[in-house]
Amino acid sequence: MIKFNHVTKEYPKGAALIDVSFHVPKGEFCFLTGHSGAGKTTALKLIYLADQPTSGDVRVSGFSSTRIAPREIPRLRRRLGIVFQDFRLLEDRTAEENVAFALEVTGARRSSIGPRVMRALTQVGLAGKAHQYPRELSGGEQQRVAIARALVNDPVVLLADEPTGNLDERATRGIFQLLRDINAAGTAVLMATHDLDLVKSMDAHLIELQHGSVAYDSAEDAGAAEPEAP
Amino acid sequence: MNLVLRETVLAFRRAPLLSALSITTIAFSLFVFGLFGLVTVNIQRQIGTVAERVEVVGYLRRGVPSETITVAMSDIQAFPEVQSVTLVTEAQALARARRELPEFQDIFQDLEANPLPASLDLRLKPEFRDARHASLVADRLRGFDFVDDVRFGSDWVAKLDHLRNIAGAVGVVVGAAFALVAIIIIGTTIRMAVLHRSSEIAIMRLVGATDGFIRRPFLLEGLVKGLLGGAFALGLCYGAYGLVNTYLLHADFFTTGQALAGIGIGGLIGLVGSLVSIGRHLRSV
Repeated sequence: MIKFNHVTKEYPKGAALIDVSFHVPKGEFCFLTGHSGAGKTTALKLIYLADQPTSGDVRVSGFSSTRIAPREIPRLRRRLGIVFQDFRLLEDRTAEENVAFALEVTGARRSSIGPRVMRALTQVGLAGKAHQYPRELSGGEQQRVAIARALVNDPVVLLADEPTGNLDERATRGIFQLLRDINAAGTAVLMATHDLDLVKSMDAHLIELQHGSVAYDSAEDAGAAEPEAP
Repeated sequence: MNLVLRETVLAFRRAPLLSALSITTIAFSLFVFGLFGLVTVNIQRQIGTVAERVEVVGYLRRGVPSETITVAMSDIQAFPEVQSVTLVTEAQALARARRELPEFQDIFQDLEANPLPASLDLRLKPEFRDARHASLVADRLRGFDFVDDVRFGSDWVAKLDHLRNIAGAVGVVVGAAFALVAIIIIGTTIRMAVLHRSSEIAIMRLVGATDGFIRRPFLLEGLVKGLLGGAFALGLCYGAYGLVNTYLLHADFFTTGQALAGIGIGGLIGLVGSLVSIGRHLRSV
């Protein structure tokens, strides 16, 4: 469903990704790890096409970075849910309005917006705080609103860029469990993190980036370890 | 469309100070432009008033039968440049001279015969009150046998033309400069509003909004700000006009059509400014 095929991304200051290839199948939970500057955020940006690869091809849910027309990019993003470390909520809208915003911009029917928003807020455990503004919510709650906004369009994959980076330990555990629940319900999750404790706590697909290259991919490792068929 | 309207209203509500500042900036930019417009309108009207005096006068030979003149008058009336043609008889010419030249009363008293010829006085339509058309009509008038001489104050009309050309050129150049400054100031103001909402634009893009969808509320916002700024500027112009009329001199204000056009220009600048600002922003992020 997400496939990087010999992807290189160069910026004027240097290469952020060098010949990166990996595959995240449908419904999988995948960690993308590495130190700061390893290329995790760049890889995510190439998935939601905020940037184009310099060479190689990124395929996401039937779209290819080399063939996609600019006007098709919004359609691709409607199939993705994106969550950031800094939440990126609209401060002057309530939790409910923030989540509804993601549906309104896609032209969803008005009558369907209310129920879908409440379903997403219930899923993240914030139905009771629907009318509160981000400044009235804790960091963990704000991230839950951001996740609800990412989920409300029923994405095929949830991209999470250091979603627990700004949270305390308790909130981190809560958000991580929420992401696992979302994955268990069938949505693929690609989580960029440098929190090794989180990575170790779950047996999931692990891709480690170092200086813009894939240093370790547990899927490749498992494939290599499997005995060849006689 | 409901969503676009709602987002536009929300934009005003969320940043009332910035919105008020934008409208005020637009209003004062257009006010300066409007003041210049008022000066231009008044100069043009004064020139128009002076131009009303442009007349072509054909002096007639003596003894021409009145039927001949009547037939010729209907021909002359049919000239495309001519608004009206009036026959001034010898007696009327003398009466007019007595009335308009009182310093020569003694000479008029001593006259044994009327020395003044009859004439045909031609008034031209407003768009033809210039030296070229007056000269054309004069040449055509000379073609009639019974016309002895034709006068239209060619020097005076040429000077009027010159004045009109200077006023027109100054109007275009200075008006364009004022309009350009207004567009730059208004464009900058709208750009500030766009930057103020850049995080919102980034989030809209992330959740899959098309550029057209993102653009629409900004365009409506720019249009509304431009129209409100235009209306505010018109009010300021009216205030300035009232002060000038009270304390300085009698001036004219814009016609209703010109006033509405001014507000429309405000709206258009707001719309185009928004289109350019949001377009540049969307291309840059």
